Amino acid sequence: MKAAVIVFPGSNCDRDVQVALQKRMGTAPHMVWHRETALPKTDLIVLPGGFSYGDYLRCGAMAANSPIMRAVVAAARAGTPVLGICNGFQILIEAGLLPGALMRNRDLKFICKDVTMRVETTDTIFTSHYNNGEIVKIPVAHHDGNYFADAETVKRLEGEGQVVLRYTDAEGNATDAANINGSVNNIAGIVDEERRIFGLMPHPERVIEPLHRGTQGALIFDSLLEALA
Amino acid sequence: MKARVHVTLKNGVLDPQGKAVHHALQGLGFAGVGDVRQGKFIELELEGTDVEKARSDVKEMCEKLLANTVIENYDIDIVA
Repeated sequence: MKAAVIVFPGSNCDRDVQVALQKRMGTAPHMVWHRETALPKTDLIVLPGGFSYGDYLRCGAMAANSPIMRAVVAAARAGTPVLGICNGFQILIEAGLLPGALMRNRDLKFICKDVTMRVETTDTIFTSHYNNGEIVKIPVAHHDGNYFADAETVKRLEGEGQVVLRYTDAEGNATDAANINGSVNNIAGIVDEERRIFGLMPHPERVIEPLHRGTQGALIFDSLLEALA
Repeated sequence: MKARVHVTLKNGVLDPQGKAVHHALQGLGFAGVGDVRQGKFIELELEGTDVEKARSDVKEMCEKLLANTVIENYDIDIVA
């Protein structure tokens, strides 16, 4: 099980995700610079969080057009699993691998805190180690995490069980108050139709050890290890 | 030749920055402002003199990078 982490100029969670992958999967990932045009042989591609290209124009817009992204899109379409965290989620959307758009947070503030959310499906290679409906606490750190999609797309995502994580209160209620950034239907993370591409705003790589105040992010990496070993 | 591109949020897409500007204008006493929508202005210097080619090139730039057509509209002005 070997992963590849794509490093864009401005990525700042690439090393965190590198450590998380190494600790949970036992193998150091390839670190692939955005100017590369080919991927090494890999079982999983990770687009890390950060501020690729300074978030200029729109978050993820320029990273989505990086040379390496042609190889990432081709690999994703051929079935290689892709995990996009925060800016990585924005890049997946800008690259057209996931539907919708991520807009400025409703309250125009950068949000950096632990957030509770509900695991809506364990039927993915990313979430099989959680329980259905489990409430998890994972930190977020973003300015543009307000998920938007047209009504038809949202209906399809909900109907096909592609909504993976939803912002809720501690009891698991998806209230407006618990919706930290204004996302439609409190959506925090989605998968594509094939359930092989996962984009999420929270940072699971920041809660993998007790020292981190929690370990609930580790289950994503453990789920992947089991599915891809 | 120059191209000027205005990128604006589509109708129906919440524009929190526009709303914040509206609030600030009200705070300053400008009562007659109904709604504020905020967008982006991008100016491009282009080589060549073929206006129609410039327009189609810039349209492609908008579709590929400058605008996110899920949430944004764009207008192109070519200035000779």
